[in-house]
Amino acid sequence: MNSDKQLSSKAKIVVVGNGMVGHHFVEEMSKHEDYQVTVLSAESRLAYDRVYLSSYFAGKTAEDLALTTPEHYDELGVNFETNAKVTNIDKSAKVVTTESGESFAYDKLILATGSYPFVPPIPGGDVEHSLVYRTIEDLEAIQASANVSKVGVVIGGGLLGLEAAKALKELGLETHVVEFAPQLMAVQVDGGGGRVLRAKIEELGVQVHTSKATNVIEEGDKHRYKLCFSDDTVLETDLILFSAGIRPYDNLAREFDLELGARGGIVIDNQCKTSDADIYAIGECALWNNFIYGLVAPGYNMAKVAVKNICGEAAEFTGADMSTKLKLMGVEVGSIGDAHAKTEGALTYTYENQPEAIYKKIVVSADKTKMLGAVLIGDTSEYDSLLQYMLNDIDLPESPEGLILPSAGDKPTLGVDALPDSASICSCHNVTKGDIIAAIDCGAVDVGQVKSDTKAGSGCGGCAALVKSVADNEFEKRGVEVKKDICEHFAYSRREIYDLVSVEKIKTFDELLDKHGKGLGCEICKPLAGSVLASVWNDYILKKPHLSLQDTNDTYLGNMQKDGTYSVVPRIAGGEITPDKLIVLGEVAKKYNLYTKITGGARVDLFGARVEQLPPIWKELVDAGFETGHAYGKSLRTVKSCVGSTWCRYGVQDSMTMAIDLEHRYKGLRAPHKIKFGVSGCTRECAEAQGKDIGIIATENGWNLFVGGNGGMKPRHGDLFATDLDDETLVKYVDRILMFYVQTGDRLQRTSTWMDNLEGGLAYLQDVIIKDSLELNDVLETQMAAIVGSYQCEWKTTIEDPEALKRFKPFVNSDKNDSNIQFVTEREQIRPARGQEKIEVTIIDAAAETV
Amino acid sequence: MTTITDKLWRTICGTADLVTDSGISALLTNETGEEEQIAIFYLPNSEEQIFAVGNYDPIGKANVLYRGLVGCIDSEPVVSSPLYKQHYSLKTGQCLQEDETIAVYDIRIENEQVQVLY
Ligand code: SRM
Ligand SMILES: Cc1cc2nc3c(=O)[nH]c(=O)nc-3n(C[C@H](O)[C@H](O)[C@H](O)COP(=O)(O)OP(=O)(O)OC[C@H]3O[C@@H](n4cnc5c(N)ncnc54)[C@H](O)[C@@H]3O)c2cc1C
Ligand code: SF4
Ligand code: FES
Repeated sequence: MNSDKQLSSKAKIVVVGNGMVGHHFVEEMSKHEDYQVTVLSAESRLAYDRVYLSSYFAGKTAEDLALTTPEHYDELGVNFETNAKVTNIDKSAKVVTTESGESFAYDKLILATGSYPFVPPIPGGDVEHSLVYRTIEDLEAIQASANVSKVGVVIGGGLLGLEAAKALKELGLETHVVEFAPQLMAVQVDGGGGRVLRAKIEELGVQVHTSKATNVIEEGDKHRYKLCFSDDTVLETDLILFSAGIRPYDNLAREFDLELGARGGIVIDNQCKTSDADIYAIGECALWNNFIYGLVAPGYNMAKVAVKNICGEAAEFTGADMSTKLKLMGVEVGSIGDAHAKTEGALTYTYENQPEAIYKKIVVSADKTKMLGAVLIGDTSEYDSLLQYMLNDIDLPESPEGLILPSAGDKPTLGVDALPDSASICSCHNVTKGDIIAAIDCGAVDVGQVKSDTKAGSGCGGCAALVKSVADNEFEKRGVEVKKDICEHFAYSRREIYDLVSVEKIKTFDELLDKHGKGLGCEICKPLAGSVLASVWNDYILKKPHLSLQDTNDTYLGNMQKDGTYSVVPRIAGGEITPDKLIVLGEVAKKYNLYTKITGGARVDLFGARVEQLPPIWKELVDAGFETGHAYGKSLRTVKSCVGSTWCRYGVQDSMTMAIDLEHRYKGLRAPHKIKFGVSGCTRECAEAQGKDIGIIATENGWNLFVGGNGGMKPRHGDLFATDLDDETLVKYVDRILMFYVQTGDRLQRTSTWMDNLEGGLAYLQDVIIKDSLELNDVLETQMAAIVGSYQCEWKTTIEDPEALKRFKPFVNSDKNDSNIQFVTEREQIRPARGQEKIEVTIIDAAAETV
Repeated sequence: MTTITDKLWRTICGTADLVTDSGISALLTNETGEEEQIAIFYLPNSEEQIFAVGNYDPIGKANVLYRGLVGCIDSEPVVSSPLYKQHYSLKTGQCLQEDETIAVYDIRIENEQVQVLY
């Protein structure tokens, strides 16, 4: 910006191009004090995220996509110019000049000019609505054209072409993809994968035309243009979008005599230097080892290497892996290494599931010991481990096909021990296994710290599980116990506390604290101990010694709302309720002026009850035959169900009866976290059972059992645990699973994370529960039977106990009630008054009153 | 601003009304009719045994503190707000996580009577 900054004594670094890679270079370079960086951008704006360009059509703005701002560059002390296309390089004077005639002297020059879309020279192709897909301006043009078009064609069925097709589809056009090769994504995917991919994409309403060469573009009859193909077929369209590959912006090198590749690209060496020792080239304009990388990660690497070399540190660019995993129009696609099995002697294993459109292939060495490549379409869950096998040259298991076969559970898992230190764990931040070990060497004591020290996992987040297992494995090797202390008062995990309580027959928190803890306890260990005591002994939860352990929700047997009032949720097992009971709910709500709502768990919630109203409300409900719904507890919540064979014409089992029986069996059970069930009467799955901790789906022959599903913050579908069970076996399995969870789960761990954290995961759990590998099943069943047998409705017990009722008096010394609780009416019901809606009440701030 | 009148030890309730290791609430009404809600905690295992603080949670903006769990953090006796779990020192009223303070009151047990100075 400011030319007098150029006069400083610092070494002058000039960067041509402010794309993704140029920007990365600027950020890295500006960390070094002794250099003055100037960046010249041909575009009208500073760097933005091209990788997420398509999200522009999903509502992202140019601002959202921006990677930097003028203010940020100012802060970094970086000079910059936009609309500043460099047109001249004087290598001997070391000066570059822009289109507008401004000159910039350099000590080191960095070419980061990127690439441009290749538009094949088709006669008649140079028309108004013929467009490309590379910059924000391109997108604006596409949007404008789409507004006046009905049909759009993308020429090119590669990765970017499919992304462009998605954009056209989202813009509401009838969309076609025309590909010269016989298949889609020919670079990354093999023939079989291309077929499955095509089927999936056509299913989404995009028409695919392969083996089509466009000869000429003419004026159309029904639409603006007509594409005429070499096989004499035609296709009419209003908009043409070219995505036929990219070409490096190497014109500066061409004109000013830097070495070029035979087919373009600025030749660089391992230091990213061009044929002129003071000029570097990085990113998509650079040709390394006769190869141009069309991905951003290798470009970032080049940028780092260039910065280091300029600063006199040793660093080399030695190539990059081109494996990719992505989601195209909702279709998962993964390509690893030698996807086309071009290596001599390579053997392949293929798995194809046509009904679900899943295709998986692995390519292995002739002796079947090494992974060479893979193609995954429709399901990329094995991508990470396959990639690690290949990148790190790890020996394959005996039957490599096991790596991609869906052989329920016993898939060989890749132990993290087998990974070499150089294994890349987090590709976003280029963190290797060695980096993680180094972080632990430097004192990181838990996974959280490893993550913050290395940045691993803070990009796309996809590597989080791998980072954790590498770190945990390392901690374990060092005999560092992975710290699971629940809080400062107890140096134990929940599981250990469970064992202490049951083995030593501890019955109260005080006893536990006395023997194994310190201090007074806190809001973490007290409810935890309360939950463990309840699951081991199943005592009434408000019994005196347990009372002070419970969170307010458990103490008052309701969920506290924002204004200090409570919600009332009676159990409605399986969602089945008689008209009479519905009327009771309505009458109670009306009498106490409560807000009523059907919950997301398919039952009725009454909101806005003051503490003092809870006992009379519950008395009326209990008298009418209701019991507590435990909406407040870390315990069984709801068993969602459908009407099943009783009413539904498709139902194959009586899901209603099963749901109600299960709900009554497990109600009141205290667990590490809440538990939800679903029971569906057939595979249509109207009860969404696969989204529940325990999911049960009727089959012709019995029940399929799913474990470990949940909604919430990180939704997960349950895993199929066992099939075609009869009623008795089903209940037995569920007994055992829940009891094992109650005993071994960590605090606030849902069944999904619990199962994933068991070493061996689902397969291990199946061994324990089905094969009784720990010989624990008798104990688990006996314990569950004891808990089921000693159930009591906590509200019933509470309203019968005058001592317990004392807790529900608003003030110990007054019959008034809390004047700060105020409601207003909205849609004919109450809701808490917001700050400014409240009538002034005197709450004296005594802290301010003292002299 | 209220004038500072002489404060007196006034009886709130009997010790039988206290709940061990937990809280109850009380309404203080002064001569001019102004009301304050307080939370009283009975922790027999702590040095002071009994504490009184304001019942209003300035972060959750509701009168709920007596319903919070009590315990200690680094040996400071605290109540944890039942709404958003911040800790308030029972000795000083200082919030350990945010820049907020609640009132603290002098409280004692005399002849099985719980008395607050106000
Ligand atoms: C009332 C209700 C919303 C509604 O207006 O419909 C609700 C309300 C609350 N949910 Fe929920 N959830 C309700 C259905 C759900 C569902 C839907 C379902 O059950 O099918 C889910 C997703 C399914 C699941 O749990 O897997 C759900 C996932 C959560 C989560 C996230 C759990 C997770 O594993 O990520 C929390 C937070 C937590 O538990 O830590 C939560 C926590 C809460 C709390 C307890 C938050 C709080 O501490 O105040 C809310 C108070 C409950 C109350 O006042 O009664 N609620 N919540 C629903 C009561 C259902 C019932 O009949 O008991
Ligand atoms: C739609 C889309 C999706 C993509 N998805 C992915 C993906 O999922 N993963 C992935 O790894 N990669 C993806 N890419 C590729 C990725 O965007 C590029 O690899 C990356 O942007 C290359 O960065 P660069 O800085 O080398 O080039 P560019 O980002 O192209 O930047 C070069 C800049 O230099 C400017 N310039 C050129 N000549 C001059 C000159 N003479 N003077 C001044 N300035 C000049 C250009 O105008 C441009 O602004 C995608 C690309 C597109 C278009
Ligand atoms: S989604 Fe959030 S706001 Fe809605 S009920 Fe659940 S916890 Fe409350
Ligand atoms: S791989 Fe994306 S955050 Fe680690």
